[in-house]
Amino acid sequence: MALNPRVAAVPAGTPTKVTQGSQTKGGIGESTLRPDGTLKVTGEFAYSSDMWHEDMLWGQTLRSTVAHAEIRSIDVSEAVAMPGVYAVLTYDDLPAEMKNYGLEIQDTPVLAHGKVRHHGEPVALVAADHPETARRAAARIRIDYAELPLITDEASATAPDAVLVHENRDDHHIGHVPHPNIVHRQPIVRGDVAEARKRADVIVEGEYVFGMQDQAFLGPESGLAVPAEDGGVDLYVATQWLHSDLRQIAPVLGLPAEKVRMTLSGVGGAFGGREDLSMQIHACLLALRTGKPVKIVYNRFESFFGHVHRHPAKLHYEHGATRDGKLTHLKCRIVLDGGAYASASPAVVGNAASLSVGPYVVDDVDIEAIALYSNNPPCGAMRGFGAVQACFAYEAQMDKLAAALGMDPVELRQLNAMEQGTIMPTGQPVDSPAPVAELLRRVKSRPLPPERQWEVAGGEADVRALPGGLSNTTHGEGVVRGVGYAVGIKNVGFSEGFDDYSTARVRMEVVGGEPVATVHTAMAEVGQGGVTVHAQIARTELGVTQVTIHPADTQVGSAGSTSASRQTYVTGGAVKNSCELVREKVLEIGRRKFGSYHPAWATAELLLEGGKVVTDGGEVLSDLVDVLEDEAVEVEAEWRHRPTEAFDLRTGQGNGHVQYSFAAHRAVVEVDTELGLVKVVELACAQDVGKALNPLSVVGQIQGGTTQGLGVAVMEEIIVDPKTAKVRNPSFTDYLIPTILDTPTIPVDVLELADEHAPYGLRGIGEAPTLSSTPAVLAAIRDATGLELNRTPVRPEHLTGT
Amino acid sequence: MRVNFTVNGRRQEADDVWEGESLLYVLRERLGLPGSKNACEQGECGSCTVRLDGVPVCSCLVAAGQVEGREVVTVEGLADFAKQRAEHSGHGGACATGACGGTSLQDARSWTAKGTDSQTGEGTELSPIQQAFIDAGAVQCGFCTPGLLVAADELLEHNASPTDADIREALSGNLCRCTGYEKILDAVRLAAARQGEAV
Repeated sequence: MALNPRVAAVPAGTPTKVTQGSQTKGGIGESTLRPDGTLKVTGEFAYSSDMWHEDMLWGQTLRSTVAHAEIRSIDVSEAVAMPGVYAVLTYDDLPAEMKNYGLEIQDTPVLAHGKVRHHGEPVALVAADHPETARRAAARIRIDYAELPLITDEASATAPDAVLVHENRDDHHIGHVPHPNIVHRQPIVRGDVAEARKRADVIVEGEYVFGMQDQAFLGPESGLAVPAEDGGVDLYVATQWLHSDLRQIAPVLGLPAEKVRMTLSGVGGAFGGREDLSMQIHACLLALRTGKPVKIVYNRFESFFGHVHRHPAKLHYEHGATRDGKLTHLKCRIVLDGGAYASASPAVVGNAASLSVGPYVVDDVDIEAIALYSNNPPCGAMRGFGAVQACFAYEAQMDKLAAALGMDPVELRQLNAMEQGTIMPTGQPVDSPAPVAELLRRVKSRPLPPERQWEVAGGEADVRALPGGLSNTTHGEGVVRGVGYAVGIKNVGFSEGFDDYSTARVRMEVVGGEPVATVHTAMAEVGQGGVTVHAQIARTELGVTQVTIHPADTQVGSAGSTSASRQTYVTGGAVKNSCELVREKVLEIGRRKFGSYHPAWATAELLLEGGKVVTDGGEVLSDLVDVLEDEAVEVEAEWRHRPTEAFDLRTGQGNGHVQYSFAAHRAVVEVDTELGLVKVVELACAQDVGKALNPLSVVGQIQGGTTQGLGVAVMEEIIVDPKTAKVRNPSFTDYLIPTILDTPTIPVDVLELADEHAPYGLRGIGEAPTLSSTPAVLAAIRDATGLELNRTPVRPEHLTGT
Repeated sequence: MRVNFTVNGRRQEADDVWEGESLLYVLRERLGLPGSKNACEQGECGSCTVRLDGVPVCSCLVAAGQVEGREVVTVEGLADFAKQRAEHSGHGGACATGACGGTSLQDARSWTAKGTDSQTGEGTELSPIQQAFIDAGAVQCGFCTPGLLVAADELLEHNASPTDADIREALSGNLCRCTGYEKILDAVRLAAARQGEAV
């Protein structure tokens, strides 16, 4: 056997708690550093693909090579016979009654049953003692496919003789959709568009296309399932929501939830792509079948098939305005392609519809958003979640309208900008600051970057500063600059009446003569810095410097998803709430022990600060060490934000959202008009964050989100062949994400206008910058070239017409 | 087959290596060094960057057999590697002329790593570039970080005061999906500045 220094009964890479002290107070509002930073820079941080167990096997998934086909037969005999192969599983081997899973609709087979509905659908599983053996065995499984007609767009999905992607639908959307190949439809009707349209002096229309974007997180889908003596399984995995996974995994394994114990491993980015299950059930099935630990790690090719993508969309918009630039009405129709399985499509539809007007005041609207079932790759959550596609289209429309009116595009936006008190098209009032005009003012007032920065002394050109970069395709010939603006609105948290709660367990005790707080939640830290913020909140609320962050697992209540810009708000809120409950208990102990010594114990507002109990006047009553002695105080509690309501299925009316988040961008681009190459020179952002709990991390989120928006503006797209519905570019060679050379400087202007309904006044921030970045870049390219450019990403041929 | 090579100053022997295995696989799965990351395994993302006889390479594209008898430095050995270099150069690790040729093979052979496998990372001694990545907020999910650190350390080894364009060019083979690269630029500038102060 191979030399291996790691011999362990527990898997190597099992997450351990991280304790972080603090030189300063280290509370909220400070840019404290990540508690996992040292582990991450030394290579010691254990990601899900780093897990290792003695005697473990490797799992491999066999995926369909065609998009839509009947499976006539599967022959696993050759694979089973290969030395080193321990198990081969197909649909027939599934152990429980439940054989499907899904976030909202359980329409996704764990392994294909008689039919595959998209390219890359899992059909069979192999466990072997070496990953290459597993791959070769999978390649020897023979599947006889009989191909079926393809559904690839709205026309083919709703044609009179259309094949149904899912026969016998019984989900809760089937009653209100116009066709079984439509997952969900959400109209929004408000005011009287026909009447308002008569007031319009100018009407602009546009048809827009948004390409399929991939989350392209760097840490591939992976994890380790270890069979347990009690017949259950311990699963170490990278996900965005442990309890959502658990709810889907346990029934398919035929196990009660308590026998599936999940622990979050290191997560190498997520961006929505880990909301759905990938290898979780597969690894558990193989582990339970073989009785051995099973590790599955996708390579990049498989990762492109292993998670859902951002919905590609076709959007039709009509805007009207009076001569002086006031919007009269808006009509739009948004068609999202959800692909073969529902995933998060219904919620994406709700978002696209309810945010389709953008951050503007329009009283008369007629809106419809739908998601299709098709044989294209399944689409679901990705950062921005339905609001991204809409923002691309309505911002293009605002520029088009400004041009038709002869107005400045920023002025037109400011003239129609929503503010606190504005009524959304859903009828919901915006009841916290909405500084849309101010964000635009801020990005516009910023000095423009100098022209022709590629010129260096001696008349030479630094090609790194030019479109085409080191390909050395121009020294400035044919290069034209353009400037564009955009602003967007994103909801924060889960909407439409979802019970969007989180749970935090907080413990306080004296360790080594010092008070220490331990925070235990199931929040998935995916890189966003939730663990940093939790420690800050505990310090602020409990007056300690040492905070231990317990690994996230299913031994504590659900934290909800690391999605929808919600974790700082909701799990942060839960940590704050539990800390407050712990504080009350600590103060009760203090009153019991010391109440008779000082009247302030009974009369004053008491705080925990600097390891002491102090009055709000700053008088020290006791050291926490003396209050607690050897007692530990622990609280686990759920916390909820204000409830939301479902949208009416006919009118779209309803208080559907918790909070909104706003960002604006100014893009400066330089375009080589001869070759169609684009260099983004600067991408400035202004965003209202309510309260920056950790300013350094806030700026990092804004810059990262901005860059993902840049990617889908000029390079990122999963190409699906319309004739075969097969993915043509599942690799980082052919699916391009921005490099450091493609990414410009991203100056960020952070506003902090408190939302009085949210903990500390904070606003969820992760997604808003991903919205407006894309349309700002498109606007800048239009400004440089004069082209209409109704689709994103822009490719060189769109600019050169070749 | 059996492969003998030096990793972070320590002689290693891997047995039963299948000929198709990459250096990345051998490091991660046979030698217990999973710090080098498996983001694309096709030479596009740089997450698996290691030094091979001093040269930064994508370890996913190096066949295990190719490293026979050679020297590899991974992120796990980066702090000691940088310390050794700094002690050797005797002036804080900066190469004022920009003409330092990296670490000689002889130096690499005589260098040994300390065993640091602290669970929490508490008290770990870091290289200047590692510390700068933490301080500048250049780490989010951290999956790209090991490769970027090895690449950035190599940049600063031969160019003590790189321009922004130099940094962008040197790191253009390393994808990051979280940060938008601004904080990574900050980190490299910070490490270069601190290195300059130390001279």
